[in-house]
Amino acid sequence: MRYLIAIVLCLLPCVGVAQDWEEQKIFNEGAVGTRLRIISSTDTALFAPLIEGFVAKYPSISVEYMVTGTADLDRLVRAAPETFDIVVSSAMDLQLKLANDGFALTINDIAHPHWAQWHESLFAFTSEPATIVINRTAFDGELIPQTRQDLIETLRTRPEDFRGRVGTYDVRQSGLGYLFATQDARASETYWRLMEVMGGLDVRLYCCSGDMLTDLADGTIAVAYNVLGSYAAVRAEGAAALEIILPSDFQTTMMRSAMVMKGTLEPEAAEAFIRHLIAEKPGSPNDGSALPLLNSEDTTHERETITLDPALLTFLDTLKRKKFLSEWENAVIQH
Amino acid sequence: MSLDPNISGSLRNRLVLTLIGGAAILALLLFFAVRNYAAQVAQQGQDSILEASVSSILDAAALRDGELQVDIPYAAFSMLTTPADDRVFYAIFQDGELLSGYEDMPILPGAADGRWSFQSGEVRGENIRQVSASRTLAGLKKQTEIEVALGQTQDALSETLDQISRNAALLGLVFFALAAALSFWATSATIGQLNRLTTSVTRRGPQDLSPFRKPVPREMAPLVRSLNSLMGRLDQSLSQSEDFIAEAAHRVRTPLATVRSYADATLHRVEKEENREALRSMVRAIDESSRAAGQLLDHAMITFRADHLVREDIDLVALIRELVQRLTPIAEMKDLMLSLVGDPSVPYSGDPILIQNAVRNMIDNALKYAPADSVVVIEVVANPCVQIKVSDQGPGFPPDEIDTLTRRFERGQNAAGTIGSGLGLTIAQDVATAHGGSLVLTNQPGGGACVILSL
Repeated sequence: MRYLIAIVLCLLPCVGVAQDWEEQKIFNEGAVGTRLRIISSTDTALFAPLIEGFVAKYPSISVEYMVTGTADLDRLVRAAPETFDIVVSSAMDLQLKLANDGFALTINDIAHPHWAQWHESLFAFTSEPATIVINRTAFDGELIPQTRQDLIETLRTRPEDFRGRVGTYDVRQSGLGYLFATQDARASETYWRLMEVMGGLDVRLYCCSGDMLTDLADGTIAVAYNVLGSYAAVRAEGAAALEIILPSDFQTTMMRSAMVMKGTLEPEAAEAFIRHLIAEKPGSPNDGSALPLLNSEDTTHERETITLDPALLTFLDTLKRKKFLSEWENAVIQH
Repeated sequence: MSLDPNISGSLRNRLVLTLIGGAAILALLLFFAVRNYAAQVAQQGQDSILEASVSSILDAAALRDGELQVDIPYAAFSMLTTPADDRVFYAIFQDGELLSGYEDMPILPGAADGRWSFQSGEVRGENIRQVSASRTLAGLKKQTEIEVALGQTQDALSETLDQISRNAALLGLVFFALAAALSFWATSATIGQLNRLTTSVTRRGPQDLSPFRKPVPREMAPLVRSLNSLMGRLDQSLSQSEDFIAEAAHRVRTPLATVRSYADATLHRVEKEENREALRSMVRAIDESSRAAGQLLDHAMITFRADHLVREDIDLVALIRELVQRLTPIAEMKDLMLSLVGDPSVPYSGDPILIQNAVRNMIDNALKYAPADSVVVIEVVANPCVQIKVSDQGPGFPPDEIDTLTRRFERGQNAAGTIGSGLGLTIAQDVATAHGGSLVLTNQPGGGACVILSL
């Protein structure tokens, strides 16, 4: 009986962490001090340098890093806010809604430009454009499209080459994909025409940039639309076939942002982490990060990026979202 | 009699306090008025943005195939951006049922009737400004009501208000400081007029009782008028009493002199010894009355002159010498000698009639008490201060009365049997006081009284 209880007690914590994480890693595990629990949508490989820089500065703090998709992340945080100390996500709208809904802790006196923070609680630290990534093998001898319009022309001209070989986010699953899609739709009608064309070519829908790039690299698809530039750049280094196109008609650039949860038990450590995040500048000596860090002194970022303001709540409205998704489904899913 | 008035409060303090107090109240009023007004304006600003936002949401509502669609415009929330990143809460209801948005945003009463309603309240622990409005949509088969509630926190507003409050406070302070400085200046200017009047009244000569003619502010005219009228009455009463003194002296002295000459003449004609004795007593009584009347009038005259002292430059020695010469016959009748000693010339600025009168009384006194065949010494010196000393070789002053003898009608105990009114030393004392000096009574070491008049 005693053994049984012991086994049950041993298993209990395991039940508690039964969540299936895409990735999960503990940095500086040997540290005796506090442990920060970070839930993030950023792949560990890209984010690790920032955490390593942090634990090097604060050796007594260990960091548990958990990765999941943006939409899933939003759901988990809302379900159990006390489980996490810091939330890092690329879905600006979901992050802003979390902050607006009161999940974020206010941190005063952080020297960060106003356009890169919201309500002293949500802090942006990267600037990442949505890109078109192509596999060059599919464009052998052809002109590589530079705008969405070019892409539409290309797809229309050679539908047989691209049928089943174009990919983009499934905006119903991905928070970031939804953000990119809504911002694209705001920016230009071209988005809808592109979606219709892609829908006509039996577009493949992905949950995340990583999967899209994997399929792109092995030739399963030839064109991926709205892929995160940062992820693509990492993959492109190893695969010569991949080419990243920053559409020249208009760019959708998002800022990865972080916030401290209101119910955190480690406010000082969490605050220190946020300060560490935004203190990192691109090109600084310890910038080992693969993420394109925000240069808060460079005001061009301010103009290019999606604005951090309450307007981000618009497309999260139930009715609006329903309407947008139904339009999107009409365009993309053509059976 | 003390010349100092009974002081109660200060006009300057009262003025300054009233003005500064008024300025403080005005400054406070200004502060609150500006702040309230600013708060109203700021609140109106926020309200109108919220109103515009709700309007755009309501406008975006449409019935499609009987289903309510609300295509919230991006600008609806974009326009709610504030410098302080205020939080935004909203809710969309269809016929009172939550369609989307925040379930804890209440719909305000009154919104259902198609009216706009604004209210400050609290949502999720934040103070918010909330606006609600509704719109009726008519479909093919049914009518439906859409209600939108929109709330925004007031961080930016309170920041603005704090700033305005600070500025308003600064404005109030500056206003107060200026008003305070102004009130000090105004008070000084006002009191200055009074001071100028005081100075010109003070600077007047003792006999200048003419009306005050310099221009004064209208408010001070009644005071100056009363002052002028008082001085006029004073002038009149003074000349009346001067006239009265002269008149009285004349009326009392002349009949007495007549009576005395008749008595003298009768004395020569009467031979019966007892009648002669009676007549001699009569002459003595007449002398005494005449002298008393003279001294009384002298005293009255001296009191008047001392009150209106007119100084002229005189040589005391010459003045006293003339007096001594006049009194020498009287002294000789009593077998006494008058001796004037001291400095050859003592210039002094004073009233000669008063001084002569005082010294005559002092010499009279000495003559009365000096033993026969003795010398009364009158000494006039200029150093260390101007002094006139009269000393005799009589019995001296009774030591226990020496301090009270200068009082009016006070006579020494050893004076019984001598003619006198008790006014002589009082007159000398008054004259000394009028000239800013004093009268000292002493007894000489070798016997005899000594009276020192210091001027």
